Amino acid sequence: MWPDPRVTRFVTENFSPARVHVKEDPEAFKRYGERYKAPWTPTILLLDANGVEHYRIEGFLPAEDLLAQLMLGRARIAFDEQQWTEAERRFREVVERFPNSDAAAEALYWAGVAPYKATGNPASLKATGQAFKERYQDTPWAKKASVWA
Amino acid sequence: MPITFRHDVDQVLKEAKTQQQPVLLDFSAAPM
Repeated sequence: MWPDPRVTRFVTENFSPARVHVKEDPEAFKRYGERYKAPWTPTILLLDANGVEHYRIEGFLPAEDLLAQLMLGRARIAFDEQQWTEAERRFREVVERFPNSDAAAEALYWAGVAPYKATGNPASLKATGQAFKERYQDTPWAKKASVWA
Repeated sequence: MPITFRHDVDQVLKEAKTQQQPVLLDFSAAPM
């Protein structure tokens, strides 16, 4: 998954990458595993600049799904930092580039929330609720958005 | 080009704070 050029490009452009290896440095694995409650591999944590976790990917994923999850997690950091415009752009990019990924429905949900948080205008929530009537109907995110339609 | 993962996690976190850059922390058992 890491050798995929799309993944490496995205990681390099968006994060400072660090690794704790369970076999190469078991002491560090134990220390950081306890700090971040990460006892299993592979686990990928996306942290903000202050070291606070915003998103977690546990278990192996094929490259395309991993990239979609990484993009979703990066969008989530922007959202949590109240960078609403950037967050919406990043969430929508997940939906547009990886519409069949597991990340897409969650991204669509939050893409509707971000502009609402920015403006207080519920139109984006209503539009998102409507969008979920046409796609991703079988996901938990469609249920969560159903109240908006 | 492969990702250059650093293993000095605390130093990466320190630099990230200075640079205001998010961090990807990978807990791995993959062959190196």
